[in-house]
Amino acid sequence: MNAHVAPAVMSRVACTVVQPLLSNVVRRVAERHPSLFARLGPHQSTDYLIDPVELPFALHLRPDPNALLFRAVPRDAAPQPGALIRGKFMLLLELVDAEEDGDAAFFSRDLEVSGDTEAVVRLRNALDDVDGSIAEETADMFGVPGRAILARLRRSYTNNEKG
Amino acid sequence: MTSLMSSAELICPAGTPAALRTAVDAGADAVYCGFQDATNARNFPGLNFTPEELAEAVVYAHSKGAKVLLALNTYPPAGQVDLWQHAADTGARLGVDAFIVADMGVAEYIAQKHPEVRLHLSVQAAASSPEAIRYYCESFGVKRVVLPRILTIPEIRQVRKEIPCEIETFIFGNHGLMVEGRCSLTNYLTGQSTNMDGVCSPASDVEYKRDADGTMSSQLAGFTIDCFRPEEKAGYPTICKGRYTVPHRSEAYYAFEEPVSLNLARLLPELIDAGVHAFKIEGRQRSKSYVRGVVSAFRRAVDDIRAGREADIADLVALTEGQKQTQGAFETKKWR
Repeated sequence: MNAHVAPAVMSRVACTVVQPLLSNVVRRVAERHPSLFARLGPHQSTDYLIDPVELPFALHLRPDPNALLFRAVPRDAAPQPGALIRGKFMLLLELVDAEEDGDAAFFSRDLEVSGDTEAVVRLRNALDDVDGSIAEETADMFGVPGRAILARLRRSYTNNEKG
Repeated sequence: MTSLMSSAELICPAGTPAALRTAVDAGADAVYCGFQDATNARNFPGLNFTPEELAEAVVYAHSKGAKVLLALNTYPPAGQVDLWQHAADTGARLGVDAFIVADMGVAEYIAQKHPEVRLHLSVQAAASSPEAIRYYCESFGVKRVVLPRILTIPEIRQVRKEIPCEIETFIFGNHGLMVEGRCSLTNYLTGQSTNMDGVCSPASDVEYKRDADGTMSSQLAGFTIDCFRPEEKAGYPTICKGRYTVPHRSEAYYAFEEPVSLNLARLLPELIDAGVHAFKIEGRQRSKSYVRGVVSAFRRAVDDIRAGREADIADLVALTEGQKQTQGAFETKKWR
């Protein structure tokens, strides 16, 4: 296996491993927060590519309430997105939970967006109107280990990114 | 001075019901918001309130002792006033505490139909002289004016002496130096009006492009309005904050405004002493994180001043546009 093939294989393996989790997460979020779809308006059918730069894969989201899609995709096999959102994983997670401000992350250049800007704005506003923490709801699905992992990730993010 | 200090209200932004609850919980005395249509100047995609959401928001705010101010601060196109009148009727029915208006026709309608609800004059009316402000007070019963961000504190003090209504000033957020309610830059490029459609740089016309070297360009309706090198902080994609090349300059420069936010945290005691009744935080388009951080910081600062303590001024620069802040005209008119 040469140096180029190895990351591609790793990416596909990682996608396979996390996919059941992603499907579960997006289904739970949709069930608990149905109002967010109204704020998405016509962009329920937009293909979003969310790219956590340090992970071995990207995330493809199509927030259609009738056919939800949230899947891990190798970057070299990602679909042409309607909108691209790129940043470090924990920044993206904190944005989902409104623990960070998207405009501030954009101003600092920690967050990169391209493609359909309206789609990005609608997704941001829809998620921002969700009460509670999607990250914590996800962690709760895995009980004590899940909450411990989230707490550790947040501590690491706070120490490394916020000083 | 004591009575003025005790009435230094904190007026906070809410683009969503969750943001409104966040603002109230963080210590807002009042929250301002708008409907999901052209009746307000933050008519952004996915933002704002349905009538049902506003009804719940009013109940929540009132239960916590906070007021809800409804922004109807755009200008109806000639002959198309129904949307604004309907919004005013809905707001009055839902029990909002005040309307924030800019258009004289909207002000007249509310003054006639809903005289029990306070009228606040929006910054979009660009009323900065005692004569202009008195006109709105005498003609429509305006109880408060939101001053444009172009006056020094001594000028505000003088205006206060010559008008019969309360003064509200912005203390954080958009620097806002244009003659507000008159800007046609977005309209010029996109065909949509900031003042009548409520959209400054509509997201549907904004595009960001990234070059291989990391440079990011922001475009509006196909026109490049700024390029940011990889190490540069960015700003909003508004024409007024774009960098342009001109014949008499060797490099592109900010011809109108720079991407920088107003932050008057250190001037709060002087503003209170000048007779400012309420402090406004800009940013209905911002997140709950912003609302929580900025509102709680100014809540602490105002409470410290009220209690005679030195204000605890939180560092908010990370939330500012371009990650730069200024005291703008409030400090001096020579900031550029």
